[in-house]
Amino acid sequence: MRYAVRAGKGLILLLCCAAVVIPFFGILATSLSDRAQVTEAGGFVLFPKRVTFAAYQAMLSGGVVTRAVLVSLLITGAGTLLSLTATALLAYGLSRRGTFGHRPLLMIVLFALLFTPGIIPSYLVVKDLGLLESYWSLILPGMINAFNVIVLRAFFMELPNEVLDSARVDGAGDFTILWRIVLPLSRAALAVIGLFYAVAYWNSFFAALLYLNDSTMWPLQLVLRTYVVNPNQLGVDQVGVSGAELPPQEAIQMAILVLSILPILLVYPFVQRHFAKGVLIGAVKG
Amino acid sequence: MPWHRRLLRDRVLVLVAVPGVLVLLVFHYLPWLGNIIAFKDYQPYLGIKDSPWVGLDNFHVLVDGDPAFRNALTNTLLITLLQVVVVFPVPIALALLLDSLASERLKRLTQSVLYLPHFLSWVIVIAVFQEMFGNAGLLNTVLRQHDLATLSIVGNPDLFKAVVTSQVLWKDAGWATILFLAALSRIDPELYEASAVDGAGRMRQLWHVTLPGLRPLIVLLLILRLGDSLSVGFEQILLQQPAVGQHASEVLDTYVYNNGILAADWGSSAAVGLIKGLVGLVLVLGANSLAHRLGEQGVYQR
Repeated sequence: MRYAVRAGKGLILLLCCAAVVIPFFGILATSLSDRAQVTEAGGFVLFPKRVTFAAYQAMLSGGVVTRAVLVSLLITGAGTLLSLTATALLAYGLSRRGTFGHRPLLMIVLFALLFTPGIIPSYLVVKDLGLLESYWSLILPGMINAFNVIVLRAFFMELPNEVLDSARVDGAGDFTILWRIVLPLSRAALAVIGLFYAVAYWNSFFAALLYLNDSTMWPLQLVLRTYVVNPNQLGVDQVGVSGAELPPQEAIQMAILVLSILPILLVYPFVQRHFAKGVLIGAVKG
Repeated sequence: MPWHRRLLRDRVLVLVAVPGVLVLLVFHYLPWLGNIIAFKDYQPYLGIKDSPWVGLDNFHVLVDGDPAFRNALTNTLLITLLQVVVVFPVPIALALLLDSLASERLKRLTQSVLYLPHFLSWVIVIAVFQEMFGNAGLLNTVLRQHDLATLSIVGNPDLFKAVVTSQVLWKDAGWATILFLAALSRIDPELYEASAVDGAGRMRQLWHVTLPGLRPLIVLLLILRLGDSLSVGFEQILLQQPAVGQHASEVLDTYVYNNGILAADWGSSAAVGLIKGLVGLVLVLGANSLAHRLGEQGVYQR
């Protein structure tokens, strides 16, 4: 009986993991397949017999997709840097009780959690600030995530007071304490928050749809929607090759999909171990 | 200490908070002023200030029984109900399963795999579902190879709500366990020992120790979910509208976007958005005070 229960539990978890892993595997396999295999498999290849990188070469040989990858990398890099800096500074500014303006400033952050602005007024603000058709419209509106501020503030407040006090006795100012003590002690929290921002920027699709009409400015997620989710054909304008050289549509589509997942897979293992260390739990405690 | 002395003392702390607070004021609070257009006949070329006032005309769509609006409201509520009933309990069960794994390494590995979909965008998740269950997807390819009838799942309006719910499960059920696992690890082990001494079996321990330990978190998450009950996966649904049509898929957020920004019916869409935001706020505060009255902690403490 005991063993049956244990085996049942294991089986359920195994099935859950398979539901995550098998799609990834199939997508990767299809992106590496040539035309004959894709046709033979009827569109979706699970076990490739031969492997070709033609779809990746086509995708990265100029055209809409290559440009979109560069745009997404730029937005993600610049956005994450700005977000993380502003979030860490704001969290530090709020990390000591009883300082000047502490309560009203904290309230501004907390209420931002409850009041999410509607689509139309947000659009009007971006429009009236003249940010339409500009990459700033993809960065500024989501630059500060109030939840991330609260998490980081909770983390800063848990740092041992003795260390901060002794630095103060030695004559260190608030800025020196932030730079020399608080930030170095908070690397794990900063890594996790940085990942959250980076993922949000990399994954963002609606902001670009709303604020950018010019398709040459589109980030990767919007290209993914246009050519993978919606059935639009990929041709020479999109991937820079045509005719006989053009790999099968399915392979290019799946290659774009792999490329959009890859950065997350690369960063994820380094940050994932911090999740378990309770970085996020501070916020739950309140 | 007088305020100017405190300001002088804390000048660095105040100064570093300024950029972040400014961003919040401009992009979270300023839009609330933009809601003024819910009471105006907004014309983009006139601007917010010069567009004429129309009183409550824009709110008629909420009470007139406009079929498009009612369809959006019905779909929203149905999807919310489905997600609270089906999606909410899954991470709790999954966390209990993970927690009972004996091997720490196996547990870590399983967690890593199950957390991953949370970090994928909706565009990716929907593309993945198409590749699995679409007409040319894995499932139908296999069925065709075995000369079986294919199934119409993706793009089928009748199944849309079920598909949307499964997508939410696939993407976020794993990640949502993280909070429950943390809460489980905080339950005092002595409670289990004491209950075992008293002769409680597994099921009774679950009922009398584990679930009460998770209760504050469950209440907190339900309150937050209630506040969000008028928002159901905007990006997720918008992406799939071309495939299934608006009748099956229109929800309040897509209604606001389609009617306001695409069809330029600014005023009444802003009115719907405004009421939606206010109702959400009232729901959170109401659920929170109910939680307080029941002796729970809720979102904030009194």
